[in-house]
Amino acid sequence: MSQYVLRRLLIAIPSLLGISLVLFIVLALAPGDPFSELATNPNVPPEVALALRAKFGLDDPIYLRYLHWLNAMLHGDWGFSFVSRMNVDTLILQRLPTTLYVIGSAQILALLIAIPVGVYAATKPYSLFDQVANTLAFVGFSLPTFFTGILFILIFSVTLDWLPFVYTTDIKGTGIHWVLEMIRQAIMPVAVLGLFQAASMTRFVRSAMLDVIRLDYVTTARAKGIGQRRVIIKHVMRNAMIPVVTLIALQIPAVFGGAIVTEQIFRIPGIGSLLISSILSNDTPVVMAVTFVFACLVVLFNLIADVLYGWLDPRISLR
Amino acid sequence: MLDKELRSMIGDVKGGRMDRRAFIQHLAAVGLTAPLANQILALGGVAMAEGASTYKPTKRGGGGALKLLWWQGPTLLNPHFATGTKDQDGARLFYEPLACWDPDGNMKLVLAAEIPSIQNGGLAADGKSVTWKLKPGVKWHDGTPFTADDVVFNWEYAKDPATSALTIATLRDITVEKVDDLTVRIVFNKPTPFWADAFVGAPNTIIPKHLFKDYMGSKSREAPTNLSPVGTGPYKFVEFKPGDLVRGVINPDYHMANRPYFDSIEMKGGGDAVSAARAVIQTGEYDFGWNIQVEDDVLLRLEKGGKGKTVYAVGGDTEFIALNFTDPNTEVDGERSSMKTKHPLFSDPAVRKALSLLIDRESVKKAIYGRAGRTSANFLNGPEKFVSKNTSWEFSVEKATKILDDAGWKPGADGIREKDGKKLKLVYQTSINGPRQKTQAIVKQACQKAGIDVELKSVVASVFFSSDVGNPDTYSKFYADMEMFQIPLSQPDPSQHMRRYLSNLVATKENKWQGTNFPRWVNKEYDATIQAADGEMDPVKRAALYIKANDLMYEDTVFIPVQHRLKVEAAATNLRPVVSGWANETDNLFDWYREE
Repeated sequence: MSQYVLRRLLIAIPSLLGISLVLFIVLALAPGDPFSELATNPNVPPEVALALRAKFGLDDPIYLRYLHWLNAMLHGDWGFSFVSRMNVDTLILQRLPTTLYVIGSAQILALLIAIPVGVYAATKPYSLFDQVANTLAFVGFSLPTFFTGILFILIFSVTLDWLPFVYTTDIKGTGIHWVLEMIRQAIMPVAVLGLFQAASMTRFVRSAMLDVIRLDYVTTARAKGIGQRRVIIKHVMRNAMIPVVTLIALQIPAVFGGAIVTEQIFRIPGIGSLLISSILSNDTPVVMAVTFVFACLVVLFNLIADVLYGWLDPRISLR
Repeated sequence: MLDKELRSMIGDVKGGRMDRRAFIQHLAAVGLTAPLANQILALGGVAMAEGASTYKPTKRGGGGALKLLWWQGPTLLNPHFATGTKDQDGARLFYEPLACWDPDGNMKLVLAAEIPSIQNGGLAADGKSVTWKLKPGVKWHDGTPFTADDVVFNWEYAKDPATSALTIATLRDITVEKVDDLTVRIVFNKPTPFWADAFVGAPNTIIPKHLFKDYMGSKSREAPTNLSPVGTGPYKFVEFKPGDLVRGVINPDYHMANRPYFDSIEMKGGGDAVSAARAVIQTGEYDFGWNIQVEDDVLLRLEKGGKGKTVYAVGGDTEFIALNFTDPNTEVDGERSSMKTKHPLFSDPAVRKALSLLIDRESVKKAIYGRAGRTSANFLNGPEKFVSKNTSWEFSVEKATKILDDAGWKPGADGIREKDGKKLKLVYQTSINGPRQKTQAIVKQACQKAGIDVELKSVVASVFFSSDVGNPDTYSKFYADMEMFQIPLSQPDPSQHMRRYLSNLVATKENKWQGTNFPRWVNKEYDATIQAADGEMDPVKRAALYIKANDLMYEDTVFIPVQHRLKVEAAATNLRPVVSGWANETDNLFDWYREE
C-alpha cells in the first residue's frame, strides 16, 4: 500500500512539471502587464513603469523566466507578487482558511443532502418523492452559481434583510456571538455552492444505488430475512458508494473552481477571489501559484480516490 | 481687462480693503471660481487660504466604527509603491502628507504648520524653492517624534531607482533640504509655478525614517513596515489583508483637535461597483462606497427609500475621443501609426470637424452618466481658472453632412462617403467598460446617419492601458483611427496633464511607445505655449496660456470631449464625508463624521 502511494507520488512529479510548464507559457504569452494602472496617471512617466517591468524580469525571455521560477519553487520560494510586493505563499496562506471553511461546509452540506435523498429516491424509484427530487436536482444543476448567488442576495439581503451579503473575515465579538455571526454570513455562499453540488450528486447517488439494488445478492439478503434498513445500509450502500467516492474526490478541484465565482459575488476573501483579482491585474506570480495549487489538488485527490477504492473494495488491489 | 481687474483686486486683498471671500466671489462672477483662485492670491503675494472646515464634533472619538467599501481593495500599504489610487487610499488612512486638497481645491494643512507664501517667506519670488514649516509635537504612532529628517528621508528613499518607488517621478528632479528640525526647503531646478506637488496629497504621504532607513534601495521590499504601517494619521494600523481588508483604530494622540470622530475604521475590498452601491445605498451594510461608476438610473432606483445616497465631487476628469493624426493601417519600419505617415481621412480638417459635430454629448449625459457627467467643449475642464470660455459644442447631423459635402466627401453606392477612392471608414477603440461601450454605440449611430462607417473595438483595460511593448492593442500604440478613455487630473493644476501633448513626446517605436503624445499631434504653437506656461510665475498669464493651449487643441480637433466626469461615491444618509474632486477619497478623512 505505502509502496503504491509512493509510486503514484513519483509519477505525479513529471505531470506537475508538465502542468507548470504549460501554465507558465500560457501566462507569459497572455497580454497585459501589472502596471497598466500607471499608464493614465499623469504623475508617473512611462519610463518609470518600464523600469519596473525590467526590475521584475518581465522583459526576460520566457524560458529564462520559467527556469527562474522553477528553481525558486524547488527552494520553496513561491515567488513575489508584483501588485502587493509580498510573498505569494503568505498571500495564499492568508486566504486559504476562508476558502477551506466555505468549500468544506458546502461539500458537507451537499453530502448531507445528496446521500439521504439519493438513497431514499433509489429505494422507491418513480415514486412522488423520487419525481420531486429529480426535478429539483435538474433545476439545481442547470442554474449557474452566479445566478443563484445574486438571486439569494436579492431575496435574503435586499428584500428580507435577513443576511449580510458582504463577507467579513474579522467579525467583532467573541464566543458564541462570533460563531453565530460566522455561520450567518456563510449561509448564503455555502447554500449556493452546496445546493449546486448536491443537485448533481443526488442524481449520481440515486443511479449508483439503483444499479446495485437490482443485483442478485441483494435479493438473497432480503430472502434471508434481513430488514430493509440493514439491506440498504450494509449491503447496498457500501457497494454503491464506490463510484460516488470517486466522483466526490474528483469533483473537489471543480468545487474550488466553482467557488471562484461565488467568492467574487459574496466578497469572500478566499483563493478564488485572489485568483480573479490577480488575473485582472496581471499579477503573474500569484496566478501561477494559485493555478499550480489547483493542479496539485487535482493530482492529490485522484490519488486519494484510488486509495479509498482499495479500502472500500478489497477486491481491488493496489500494487 | 481681466488681468488688470484681478491685479487691483489682489492689491485690495493685500491692503485689507477687500476680504478673501469677496475676492473669490468676484472671481466667480467673472468665471474664475474656486480651486486655484487661492493660488492666484498666493502667488500674487497673498497667502493661500486654508480650506474652511465643516467639521462639527467637539470631542475626539465616540463615533463608533466607520465601514468603507472599496470594490478594488488596496493591495499594498507603502505609498511609495502604490500603483493605483486604491493603494494610495489605503496608505492614506495611516500616513499623512504635509497638506491636502479640500473639495474646493483649497489647501488644507496636515503635517505642515502654515501654508508657504511669499509673505511668510515660504515661497521664493522666483518660484525656485518652497519652504515648509512642520507642525511641532507631531508623533508617529510608535511615539517617535516627526521631524524634518523624515521628510528629507522620503525624498532620498524614493529618488533611488533601486527602491523602485513610483513616487520617483515627483521627487527625482527636486532637492529637499533640512533647514532645522521643523523646517524643510524644496529646491526646484527651474521656476515651478505649481509648487504644491511633492509631499502634498494622498499620493505623496510621508513614511517614518526610523522604520525604513535600513530598507532603502534594493532591500525596500523586505521592510516589515511595508505591510504594517506606522504613520502619523488619525487611525492606527491593526490589520491588513491584501485586496481584502484594512483595519485601524483611533489614534488617541492625533495632532488635530477633536479628531478623528470614529473609534475604528475598516476598509473592505473586492466585488464590483453595482453590488458595492447596493451594500451602501440599499442595505446600509457599509457607510461609504468608493468610485461608484454605475449607470445613473440604477443609482436612482437604489436611492428610492434606501439607507444611503450618492455623493459627487467635481474635479477635472474628461472622457474624450482622441483622433489619430497618423495612419494606423500603413506599416513603416515595423511600426503602424508612424510619424512618417499622415492619416488618410483625418488629414482633412473637415472630417475632424464633422466628427466633433456627431458626438451627441447631451444624449451621452442623459443616457449614461446622468448626474455624474457634464457636457463640455473643452479638453481641459478644471480647475475653473483654466477652463476656456471661448469654445462651444453642438450636435448636428445636418451641419456635419454639409461640412462633408462641401469638402467633397460624397456618399457612395453603399451610403458610405468617399473621396478620391478613400472611404470614410473608421475604427473606434476603447477599454471594456459599460458606459464606454454605450457611448460607442451612440456615436456609431450618429456617424451612420452622416455616412461614416464606424467599426467598434473594445480592449480589456489591463491590455489597453499596459506598457507591454509586444501588444498591438495598447492605447499608446493607437492602431485605430479614434480611441476613447480618460486621463485623470490628479491635482488642481493642469501642467503635467497638458505637457503630455508636446511634439517631442510623440509615442513611437523608437521610444517603445512611452511617449505620452498618443494622438501624435504636432503643433509648434502648442509647444511654445506649454513651454511658456511651464515657466510662467504670473498666475493670470499662466492661466491664459493653458486656456490658449486648450483652444489650440479645440481648433485642431485633437480631442473630442465626450463628458466632464464627476467623482461618484455612495454614502450612508447620516455620514458627512468630505470628498474632493482634486484628491483621493480618503485625503480628507480626518474631517469625516456622522450626523447624530
